[in-house]
Amino acid sequence: MAAHSSARPHAWRWIHRYPAVVRVSHWANVLCVVVLLMSGLQIFNAHPALYWGEDSDFERPLVSIYWASGPDGRPTGITNILGRRFDTTGVLGWSWINGRPVQRAFPAWLTIPSAQDLATGRVWHLFFAWLFAINGLVYIGHSIVTGRFRRDLLPTRAELGRIGATLRQHLMLRFHQHTERYNVIQGLTYVVVIVVLAPIAVLTGLTMSPAIVAAAPWLLDVFGGRQSARTIHFVATWMFVLFAAMHVAMVLTTGFVKNMRSMITGWYRVSE
Amino acid sequence: MRARGVRVDRRRFLATSVTSFAAIVSGGCDRFSASPTFREFLAGAEGLNQRVQRALLWRGALAREYTPADISPNFRANGSQDAYNLPAGYVEQADKGFLEWHLQVDGLVTKPASFTLADLRALPARTQITRHDCVEGWSCIGEWTGPQLATILDRVGLRPDARFVVFHCADELPRYVDGSHAFYESIDLIDAYHPQTILAYEMNGVPLPVAHGAPLRLRVERQLGYKMAKFLTRIEVVNRVDHIGRGGGGTWADDGYEWYAGI
Repeated sequence: MAAHSSARPHAWRWIHRYPAVVRVSHWANVLCVVVLLMSGLQIFNAHPALYWGEDSDFERPLVSIYWASGPDGRPTGITNILGRRFDTTGVLGWSWINGRPVQRAFPAWLTIPSAQDLATGRVWHLFFAWLFAINGLVYIGHSIVTGRFRRDLLPTRAELGRIGATLRQHLMLRFHQHTERYNVIQGLTYVVVIVVLAPIAVLTGLTMSPAIVAAAPWLLDVFGGRQSARTIHFVATWMFVLFAAMHVAMVLTTGFVKNMRSMITGWYRVSE
Repeated sequence: MRARGVRVDRRRFLATSVTSFAAIVSGGCDRFSASPTFREFLAGAEGLNQRVQRALLWRGALAREYTPADISPNFRANGSQDAYNLPAGYVEQADKGFLEWHLQVDGLVTKPASFTLADLRALPARTQITRHDCVEGWSCIGEWTGPQLATILDRVGLRPDARFVVFHCADELPRYVDGSHAFYESIDLIDAYHPQTILAYEMNGVPLPVAHGAPLRLRVERQLGYKMAKFLTRIEVVNRVDHIGRGGGGTWADDGYEWYAGI
């Protein structure tokens, strides 16, 4: 696309940053990740404990969220992480719905559906898991075929050489004006999320399926067992949340309107 | 102090934004979940899962089998586990070794039959150490012994129009909950003839405990635990399942869970 130039004194030009496939798959992905996270927490609530290996050692979970009566008889929510206990009353273990305390691991406002309902949570999760996987394959396929992946996401050797300096600038919260190209840390983060994190989330999800692991038992060996796969799936979830939080923070701090406009219309405005 | 106040406000603003966003999504999805049409649309993924898994899986692919050292010391029991949901006298019958118990096999078969526990024990048995994956998320490994379902179906002979095998159970939990049919479950003939689909009368080398479905339970190793009906009393071979219970093909399916529980 040719760049438009403006007659105004403060000239800018427009660059076409995102093809339609990327924009549609981005927003579809937002929907999928939000629904998968919240319906996944609903499923987790059915047995709020994580283990390592093939089976569940109920006496020694790696992580568990439970409820108990405190010393004064008041309800307490407790989160156990590797044997260390934290009082998480109000959010994890015990939370309030309409002023009434309810025993549940993740609170109602974080789950789909809001009430404890494993069957419905699974219906949401398994539908959006298909959408997430198909959308991801379309995005990756498009990026590879059009050369976008190599051109825009994979860092060049020179950029990798400057990674220390870029990292230092990022830590000092000094961000470059976004232009045609992602910087090396941004590019690498996207590559890790697309090539490592998303496939791990999908594969650990599939490893929890008794039918899939009958056909592909090697999945159990790759992830160290069915319960390990479930634990990794849970950790991958929160890596997605961490990524999304950083991503949204960057969108907000580097020109919210310009960024949103470019992911909706495809066009990004650059000052001359 | 002002700067500090601003920071706290900003933090509170962020926290409120995140929780409000989540609550709106959660509340919005509740409305969708309440719509039977939308739910049916989402549940279409079950059919997709079944078709894709069946297409990818070699039909005879076996679930992984483990060694005695892998057996879980504490195998959790779920669903009905004691006299509370079982007919009067059931636990007393268990104490006497189920001498009066028998398994009725009928429906679309050429030779309906009835098997006592001794009859079943006289059949060739398969012993398998497998992982039981509960829909809730936990897994336990146990050893199961009993005849293959295929052996029993071959004895009674299936009629050409047979499509599903229905398991009727002594468990009366659903009857107490909503006055419906006693606990039941069903599988198709692909799973019914799978070599690891057995009717287990032994668990970890001892007669099946009441909590795990004495005297006989189903094992369908490539599906989730809720398919593995306990306290079996009758096997009925049918052409369709929509006339049984509330028509979903099983007590859990009637309750909103997938009939095909391969994932």
